[in-house]
Amino acid sequence: MAIRQTPDGPIWRKRTTPQSLALWFGWLLLVLLFVLAWEAMTRNQIWAFVWDAPEQAADLFGRMVPPRWSYMDQLWVPLWDTINIATLGTLLAIVLAVPVAFLAARNTTPSPLLVRPIAIFIIVGSRSVNALIWALLLVAILGPGLLAGIIAIALRSIGFIGKLLYEAIEEIDPRQVEAIRATGAGPAQVLDFGIVPQIMPAFAGITLFRWDINIRESTVLGLVGAGGIGLQLKSSVDSLAWPQVTLIFIAILATVILSEWVSARVRAALI
Amino acid sequence: MSGPAVLPDPASEGARRYPRHWRRPPLISDGRLRWAIYAGVLLYLVVGIGAVEVNWGRLSEGWERGLRFLGGFVEPDFISRWDDIRAGLIESLTMTLTATVVGVLISIPVGIGAARNIAPSPVYLACRALIALSRSLQEIIVAILFVAMVGFGPLAGFLTLAFATIGFLAKLLAEDIEDIDAAQVEAIRATGAGWWQVLDYGIRSQVTPRLIGLSLYRLDINFRESAVIGIVGAGGVGATLNTALDRYEYDSAAAILILIIAIVLVTEYVSGWVRARVQ
Amino acid sequence: MLRLESLTKRYLTGDLALADVSFEIPAGQVVGLIGPSGAGKSTLIRCVNRLVEPTSGRIWLGDLELTRLGRRGLRRARRRMGMIFQEYALVERLTVMENLLSGRLGYVSFWSSLIRRFPPADIENAFRLLDRVGLTEQADKRADALSGGQRQRVGIARALAQEPEILLVDEPTASLDPKTSRQIMRLLREVCAERGLAAVVNIHDVVLAREFMMRIVGLRAGAIVYDGGPDGLTPAVLTEIYGEEDWTASSDLSDTGPSARPVVPGADELVGAL
Repeated sequence: MAIRQTPDGPIWRKRTTPQSLALWFGWLLLVLLFVLAWEAMTRNQIWAFVWDAPEQAADLFGRMVPPRWSYMDQLWVPLWDTINIATLGTLLAIVLAVPVAFLAARNTTPSPLLVRPIAIFIIVGSRSVNALIWALLLVAILGPGLLAGIIAIALRSIGFIGKLLYEAIEEIDPRQVEAIRATGAGPAQVLDFGIVPQIMPAFAGITLFRWDINIRESTVLGLVGAGGIGLQLKSSVDSLAWPQVTLIFIAILATVILSEWVSARVRAALI
Repeated sequence: MSGPAVLPDPASEGARRYPRHWRRPPLISDGRLRWAIYAGVLLYLVVGIGAVEVNWGRLSEGWERGLRFLGGFVEPDFISRWDDIRAGLIESLTMTLTATVVGVLISIPVGIGAARNIAPSPVYLACRALIALSRSLQEIIVAILFVAMVGFGPLAGFLTLAFATIGFLAKLLAEDIEDIDAAQVEAIRATGAGWWQVLDYGIRSQVTPRLIGLSLYRLDINFRESAVIGIVGAGGVGATLNTALDRYEYDSAAAILILIIAIVLVTEYVSGWVRARVQ
Repeated sequence: MLRLESLTKRYLTGDLALADVSFEIPAGQVVGLIGPSGAGKSTLIRCVNRLVEPTSGRIWLGDLELTRLGRRGLRRARRRMGMIFQEYALVERLTVMENLLSGRLGYVSFWSSLIRRFPPADIENAFRLLDRVGLTEQADKRADALSGGQRQRVGIARALAQEPEILLVDEPTASLDPKTSRQIMRLLREVCAERGLAAVVNIHDVVLAREFMMRIVGLRAGAIVYDGGPDGLTPAVLTEIYGEEDWTASSDLSDTGPSARPVVPGADELVGAL
């Protein structure tokens, strides 16, 4: 806020002159960046493809409906695989993420200078890489299949679960822990009685939340060969079998809605 | 506070009989249901893990490849595929920026339209439907459709990310508008302001800082996603990574991954810094 | 029973919390530690069971020098000192019974505490204590379902479950209403009398201290400025502990001290049931 003195009396402005200049400069920079980025992005674009996009879309839609319902017979097993990838991947992630979280939390880490940075690095590395990219790597290393999918989901989830869990651990009430220590309990007992009960609700919530996300992610892992319904999606898209693609989309959508319903029910029961 | 009456005399205290066993009350009180759930979980684990076919021969082969890949991280090769990597990164970054800007611009009217307290009912329903559609479709699935419509390349990626941004941002924006302090809006309206003025003074001022924060957050997400949708041909560094892995060029792949992680960290740090300044 | 020899604590921030504090408590004596906030009361009792490490000085529990103990020895010694906390410090998401049994953690192995299999004698004793503090019905409730007074009773029972020789009590009534505060203080006095326990009680309420403590130690800025009976807390002494203020109202109470207790007949016997 600024009041400027002029010959006609004071004028009120929301911002001082340097402030509004900086703001305008910021916006100008953004617009400039946008134009440059747009130019770079569309340099090789063949616009003819874009102009007939509405026709292409109408054509695509025409070929996608009606869905080929009979194809459903071949989707049950991939759907079951998809759910397994998400669930087993989440379980594996829990096993790996819980110790990492305790090593990363300031109040439980054995060494803030040595161990904590390593744990934080694991969490950041895992979070920066999308599950599909993990799957891409694992398929290259382990070969296609469920195992690559499960490990990909687990590797991505370690960072997610680890981060939220260590934040929950850092927020616990230290007096409850102190009280358990004062009874003469050993470190493992302090963990069991003083810390674990306090983080259980957060843990359950985080895990369910991640499982929900993992169901979504595992539906597309098959695109890179890591098992599940994505395999059928890829082969249907590659062979331009659009009515099958539609049915797969419907199946994926139904699975996702079902998983949301299940996790909401479990959450209500647990917390 | 209604315990049984107790005699404070320690001698008579000893005369009372107390239980010598105690179990913590179980989470699920119905015993049969509890065991059924345990059995169900066990059965699922056996069946589920049993369904995972592990090809041990392939795995031992993979072991050696995994080591080579880790070796790639120790000595990443930025040089031999640098032109491809550079082109991929530029595509990723440009489509991240343009998609975020366009997505944010579109999500503002959509978000306002999806706020129950200010939008008329047909507009509300239409905007909510758009949001639901955008949120329920995975980015990569949307990318498949856009590639089919406009062809391979970053434009498909741009459309995908912009579409995903709309669902993400418009929903949060609508919730913010629905949560705003009604008293402030009332106060502006009481001055005789029109609909647009109410929007400007009563709502914009309350929502803007969070909108900027969320846009920056979405910028992070869009970059991460831009590294993925290349797998289905929507441009970006994902395609480069895919090619490198197909050719078993693990040192180039490691270089790409390192760059992705570094850029994610930088954008996360910068957007965190800007968000802290704005809010 | 408990002996402190020139106990000093300087925090890493440089703040001197305790400066050369020495005193001794015989068995069975209930000592009130009074003083303004920041005088070092909390630090003092936490130095005794070494939740806070003293900077220098020595502490003896009977013949055992607490300040020289290693990790294992310290855990063993902590079993002999029951601690009662400000705002209860119960593990809120555990049942009342688990909170009580956590007083036995120093005695049982990790595995038996993990699967919650405590020895039958411990469980019997826990139920006896629960009965003593009037909460038998609440055994399976979660601690966060109890009222403030009930929680502090569980806190007392947890400390007693350790079969301690001394109680370290940190502001037991800080978040309780006046009536419940008196009930809790009376309960503390009674259990100390029943078991011949010594106790160090941090307390900021001078009136309560005067009424329920056998001996008062006044701390100011980490040093002892008063050590004597509750009757000796004259306005001059209070001014020395807390600083300048009109103390006549609270020292008047000392004259009427005995009659300030509730005159309901049999009130003392009812306490356990409240």
